[in-house]
Amino acid sequence: MKKAILWAPLAMFLIFAAMVAGKLYAPGDSSIVSHMVGKPLPAFALPAGMPDRPGLANTDFAKGKPRLLNIFASWCVPCAAEAPQLVELRKAGVEIDAIAIRDRPEDIAEFLKRYGDPYARIGSDANSSVQVAMGSSGVPESFVIDGQGIIRHQHIGDIRPENVPDILAAIRAAQ
Amino acid sequence: MKPKHQRLTLALLALAAIVGATLLAMSALRDQASYFYTPGDAIRDHVEPGRAVRLGGMVAGGSIRRAADGVTIDFVVTDGKQSVPVRFKGIVPDLFKENSGVVAEGAFDAGGTFVADTILAKHDERYMPPQIAGEMHKSESLKK
Amino acid sequence: MIAEIGLAALWLAAALAALQFVFGAIALYQRDMTMLRGVRAVAVVQALLTATAFAALILVFLRTDLSVSLVAANSHVAKPWLYKFAGTWGNHEGSMLMWVTILALAGGAVALFERRLEDRTLIATLAAQATIGLGFYAFLLFASNPFDRLDPAPAQGNGLNPLLQDPGLAFHPPTLYVGYVGLSIAFSFAVGALVTRDVGAAFARAMRPWVLAAWIFLTLGITAGSYWAYYELGWGGWWFWDPVENASLMPWLAATALLHSVTVLATRDGLRAWTVMLAVVAFSMSMIGTFLVRSGILTSVHSFAVDPRRGAFILALLAIYIGGALALFALRVGTVREGSRFDMVSREGSLVANNLLLSAILGIVLIGTLYPLGIEALTGGKLSVGPPYFNAAAGPLALILVVVMAAGPLLRWRRDELRALARRLAVPAIVAVLALVIVLAVLPRAHLLPSLGLILAAGVAVASVAPLWKRNLRRTPLFTWGMVIAHLGIAVSLAGMASESAFTQETLVAARPGEVHGVGPFAVRFEGVEPVAGPNWTALEATLTATRGTGAPMEMRPQARAFWAPPTETNEAAIRTLWDGQLYTVLGKQAEDGRWQLRLWWKPFVTLIWAGGALVAIGGALSLLGRLLRDRRAAQRGKEWWE
Repeated sequence: MKKAILWAPLAMFLIFAAMVAGKLYAPGDSSIVSHMVGKPLPAFALPAGMPDRPGLANTDFAKGKPRLLNIFASWCVPCAAEAPQLVELRKAGVEIDAIAIRDRPEDIAEFLKRYGDPYARIGSDANSSVQVAMGSSGVPESFVIDGQGIIRHQHIGDIRPENVPDILAAIRAAQ
Repeated sequence: MKPKHQRLTLALLALAAIVGATLLAMSALRDQASYFYTPGDAIRDHVEPGRAVRLGGMVAGGSIRRAADGVTIDFVVTDGKQSVPVRFKGIVPDLFKENSGVVAEGAFDAGGTFVADTILAKHDERYMPPQIAGEMHKSESLKK
Repeated sequence: MIAEIGLAALWLAAALAALQFVFGAIALYQRDMTMLRGVRAVAVVQALLTATAFAALILVFLRTDLSVSLVAANSHVAKPWLYKFAGTWGNHEGSMLMWVTILALAGGAVALFERRLEDRTLIATLAAQATIGLGFYAFLLFASNPFDRLDPAPAQGNGLNPLLQDPGLAFHPPTLYVGYVGLSIAFSFAVGALVTRDVGAAFARAMRPWVLAAWIFLTLGITAGSYWAYYELGWGGWWFWDPVENASLMPWLAATALLHSVTVLATRDGLRAWTVMLAVVAFSMSMIGTFLVRSGILTSVHSFAVDPRRGAFILALLAIYIGGALALFALRVGTVREGSRFDMVSREGSLVANNLLLSAILGIVLIGTLYPLGIEALTGGKLSVGPPYFNAAAGPLALILVVVMAAGPLLRWRRDELRALARRLAVPAIVAVLALVIVLAVLPRAHLLPSLGLILAAGVAVASVAPLWKRNLRRTPLFTWGMVIAHLGIAVSLAGMASESAFTQETLVAARPGEVHGVGPFAVRFEGVEPVAGPNWTALEATLTATRGTGAPMEMRPQARAFWAPPTETNEAAIRTLWDGQLYTVLGKQAEDGRWQLRLWWKPFVTLIWAGGALVAIGGALSLLGRLLRDRRAAQRGKEWWE
């Protein structure tokens, strides 16, 4: 009895540690999944984020081929971290458009010069309204849009090298 | 009392205190822990009025109404299938907008309206290093 | 270059920590105490190297060297220098390095200054401290390197969270960390004493100043943190039972219990096993609390935040250190002789009650903090545990604890009479009854807990100064003064909390310029809103004029600030401190019809909360000073005083 009491603190700690370990390896998915997945893009028409290419509207997507829509900002460090993966996707033939959140043309230009430029079109969303309409709650996020303009896949957070195959698979599935 | 007995008494007292605290904690938790509901869950489970819960969903488009006093707002939280009317008195966070995610803390009143005393809006810069996330935890909600 | 020097210093320090452990183990194994000098020297050099690494990181942040990825992610060229400086620890890697630096400095301080502990136990203690250090060096070097380079370097940097751009950040985390990590000394002492089976009064007297010092910093850190949350968040609350706050409260509760039980061990040679246990628990709580929060396990609203590799590393370290210490405790404590006995009605008895109550409160806070985690693991349900739980479960116990605190110092050691105690408590009891009458008269419908708090605060304030009654104040030892002031501080703080909870008045309106709104005894005139600009933000600033009765008008300027790097908005409350409370104003949003939302609070005597906290820390400091002075005098007289 006495001995058992002495080991009780250790036992309690081990239960606690097991619980935390379980949580670590099965992290609760607390990211906010957009309700828009499976639905058509909301109507929007954004002005150009940079002078050298057109802005972005929802009508640009319903043209028969799937496209990747990347929501980013030049002030966001994870966006810089995912840039090489976007360039890689572009090389693999994925058409990529972007929505820049609360950004300035000169900052976007600087960002693209530094980290690579995979974008065909860039729309400027100065007050996050399109982002919100898309059901996105942070930057970066990426959406796979199929040829009919329907949102097929949402990727929350930066695209890491290990996510590239998932994105490619989602693009293929959207053909 | 012999030292040995005293030691046993102390050990038992400590045990009693720990068990007591645990029981107290558990009973309080049953009453006070606020569960997270979506509108669908809340309607299905018939959350009793007055019980502190969190309600999460999207602010339905076109549903925000401001009362004449300038500080009370009414809106509808929806999960796409079901919706719940919500009333909140206070200063809403910057990111509180129609068609965006929201988490409200509060309780249902007898009429089925969710009276929120805190509105948590999702923060724009979600992808920040974890340590700041820890500090930011506070800033994500705007009390009352 | 600077970053490389820092990294090299860190590697060297890790190597020395390994050396310190090996030396210590050999010395213990061969019973060769001549190695003590060597172990001491290694510990000091290790501390200096780690401090060098930390200094290097500070320098890198001050120069905003954006080629270091940590700086790029957390700093910005357009940031005032104080925030560049504080930005060093406003992030995961930097705060971990600060953590390790304090750990090494604490070990170095023990090596330099500890002269009372038996040589064997001291060697074991330093070896234990080195073992803790080793694990966290490994974490920094392999999983969380603060000196990592970024190629190519960005032009501007990401910026520091605006909420963290506050002078408070420069001082608050370091203070708290000194407290958390200072408790590692108690942990290492306990492990050392378990290894050598040397748990006794002399051990307790050696450990006490170190515990006291860490506890003072913890108290200051928590008090400052509470005030920071109060004025910076603009919600008018001073404690939110947020996991971050609980992480600081739990070690404080354990350390407070330890502080009192170590006194029993030092004075009466009782509660040996319990004291050792508390020493282990106190630092374990620091580690668990810090890492639950820092690893993002508890506040994982941010999916990006959890890096399982880092979390697993930290968890493994926790399992080794805490699990190891608890296993050592279970194995060894049976062989520790129990000390002398005492009556239940005695100073020792009251200290036991203090310990049990503090432990129970600690348990309640711990359960509440971990409950959502457990439920999610078991049922997958998501829930949050907030103030209603903590107040309902911990509040009553805290009030009982305060009563014990009033009675304890008035009891004699070993044994005492209940009737004698009742006589000594007569005056405080009368004061409490008077307070009860006043509270009933002023506030017939106040809530139970705040009313009880006010009544108890009055009685306990009197009781806590009662130990000075009929004493020659000039010959009263400094540490008795310390105890009296610390206990008085608790009463003062309790009065502030109860008053804030019972008397706060609030007005929430949408106002047009020129309108006057009342809050408490004040009439607040809304003059208008103007834009203003700061170094890295722009703001809308309201001008308010508050008058009470016929007093002079006071101008207040709450702001709604918008930062641009990163883009975030904050509310800067305007707070006016008066002798009898604070007027607290917040500017909200503009409604469609052009009116501005204003939130006004009148919080009578709210400042007492933090004044009390400061008193508690001052009491601790006096007590520490008193102990150190007495030891020095004893040392000058020769060693016989404690031997």
